Amino acid sequence: MNNIIKKFLPQILAILFVVLIFGFLTINAQTNMDNRGIDFGFGFLSQESSFDVQFSLIEYSGSDSYARAFLVGLLNTLLVSFISIIFCTILGVIIGVARLSSNYLIKNSAAWYVEFFRNIPLLLQIFFWYYAALRALPLPEKANAWFGVTYMTVKGYYIPSMVWENLNVFLYCGLAAIISIIVLRNYANNLRDTKGKQIPVLLYSLALLIVLPLLSFLFGGVSLEFELPQLKKLSKISYIYEGGISLPPELIALVLALSLYTSTFVAECVRAGIEGVSKGQKEAAASVGLTPNQVLKLVIMPQALRIIIPPTTNQYLNLTKNSSLAAAIAYPDLVLVFAGTALMQTGKAIEIVSITMLTYLTISLTIAAIMNWYNKKIEIKEK
Amino acid sequence: MFKLVKRLTSLVAMFAVLFAFSTETMAAKKSKTLENTKKRGFVRCGVSQGLPGFSNADESGNWTGIDVDVCRAVAAATLGDATKVKFTPLSAKERFTALTSGEIDILSRNTTWTLSRDADIGLTFVGVNFYDGQGFMVRKGSGIKSTSEFKNGTSVCTNLGTTTELNMRDFFDSRGISYEPVVFEKADEVVAAYDAGRCDTYTTDKSGLAAQRTKLSAPDDHVVLPETISKEPLGPVVRQGDSVWEDIVRWSLNTMIEAEEYGVNSSNADMMKTSNNPAIKRLVGAEGELGAAFGLDNDWNLRIIKQVGNYGESYKRNIADTGILPDRGPNELWTKGGILYVPPAR
Repeated sequence: MNNIIKKFLPQILAILFVVLIFGFLTINAQTNMDNRGIDFGFGFLSQESSFDVQFSLIEYSGSDSYARAFLVGLLNTLLVSFISIIFCTILGVIIGVARLSSNYLIKNSAAWYVEFFRNIPLLLQIFFWYYAALRALPLPEKANAWFGVTYMTVKGYYIPSMVWENLNVFLYCGLAAIISIIVLRNYANNLRDTKGKQIPVLLYSLALLIVLPLLSFLFGGVSLEFELPQLKKLSKISYIYEGGISLPPELIALVLALSLYTSTFVAECVRAGIEGVSKGQKEAAASVGLTPNQVLKLVIMPQALRIIIPPTTNQYLNLTKNSSLAAAIAYPDLVLVFAGTALMQTGKAIEIVSITMLTYLTISLTIAAIMNWYNKKIEIKEK
Repeated sequence: MFKLVKRLTSLVAMFAVLFAFSTETMAAKKSKTLENTKKRGFVRCGVSQGLPGFSNADESGNWTGIDVDVCRAVAAATLGDATKVKFTPLSAKERFTALTSGEIDILSRNTTWTLSRDADIGLTFVGVNFYDGQGFMVRKGSGIKSTSEFKNGTSVCTNLGTTTELNMRDFFDSRGISYEPVVFEKADEVVAAYDAGRCDTYTTDKSGLAAQRTKLSAPDDHVVLPETISKEPLGPVVRQGDSVWEDIVRWSLNTMIEAEEYGVNSSNADMMKTSNNPAIKRLVGAEGELGAAFGLDNDWNLRIIKQVGNYGESYKRNIADTGILPDRGPNELWTKGGILYVPPAR
């Protein structure tokens, strides 16, 4: 009996304490809001937003609801985080490996890169890319074509857009290619395990990935045309490009800053991971006759990944949260659109801030869950 | 670091409403805000982050502008000293939260009076100290002479969290023109982006355009288009729930305007005590007991006029003489062809 009390009393007290604090806060907020004539409620989400957003992945106009404006902001946040996570991972792995290179020049430039970009505050970097670097770009009418058809201007990066016919057939072929690659890999693994035979999986996979979609063009009635950006005159001195896709400079600046900044941390994680695998492993692998490539792929990386993944997850989470600095340079992310404009127009501070916080929490937890799942997958499986 | 601190403050402000003890039970003729202000010794006033003519700080941190003068008038009326004001610069996004959470007691920050702001979010607008309207600024070289010449794809720079965002949508939508809104949190960022050619036009209140134009690298290369696309009555705001404080702010502003109407200014106010006109005598506290209604002494309005001046003086000092808008336009007294008209102080 005594033991039970000892065990549960502190916990019950703690829960009671938390409940009381929340209760007090809620009641207090309620009274304060009543006094000031502020209503609490989420009804505003279905009201017409009546403001426009610069850049949106889904159809959106001012006659849509606040809920849709929220979705626009959320998707923009996810977009910039997704692109930046991919870039920072690629860059981070390259830099991280480069830091371990035996070449003096490569090693030291990588070290300088890391020290430079991780020690300058992110907000400053965002401002630099937006106000200094992108501002130096030419006006649309003065821009030279990059790769013949794209234009980098102060108003954005204009690229051709793709006009597909029978896109679904093409996608099915792509899907078929991916499925056949998985089957092939399983078959190859099986073959290696039972008969000790090796087949060049990578080569076959690449071939499948190229040939199958290509076939859809020849026989599936798929066609692809490019719509090129065309210069259009707005007034005597101002121009824009019409047609094609325009990537706003705000997005470009944000992706640049976020990827460069976070890649330094990813690089350090990668370096730590590789250095964390003991030298004996490498030597042992080499002594059983594996090629240097095989040593890296089959022995070092699987062990290094276990060290790399958890801290890299942190960096991805940081990147996603840092993307809220977008508001500083007019990129319409969740904070700017929802916690900014929508909050101002409705005045629903508590509701909107809580929704925004919950959303970031959900995004972060989702990323963490995916990375944990991956981490579990590559963990040592003790038999 | 500065940004971080700013973000933290606004977050704290948002949640202050959660923590603030609800002590504002109203007794008749008693203003909690006034009591607290007297105890504190200064008026807490929210202003812009720098809008010449309205609220702008110089190098040594002295605030000037017609919005600033409203707060100074309240300080003169309640504390007897127009300098006893603590100014808090706020972005458009932060301003209402700062007021409703009790971080400031007056918001005098070129804020447009609209129905939803007045009715929905716990605010009360007490009057109008500047009649404005939204306009567009373009480069002179563009040859654009009127808003009817805007074409599809025009990019428009503006401020976050303002009525501007809504008006511009109404404007472009009703004309069926597609446009690209580029929305910044701070006015200086808007100016920088427009200056660099990111946008074809810059839209905000016309007074704001006139003031911000002076910050551009070559102000003379830019022109404000003649059309006004909206009504923007700008005025001071207080929290809902303290009607006495609301009255104090309202009548401090009204006193400045009425003083101009009766020709009372900072230099002749003392002499006006012996005026033959009872209305003027009331205005300088020589007749009637007007201050008692707010719990103030009888010289409250005299102090406003002596220390801050009348509306005309404030306008001349802050807006006309600085070259922002030399012509008073609608902000002239009703007796002189404008629309400034305040209820009588009696």
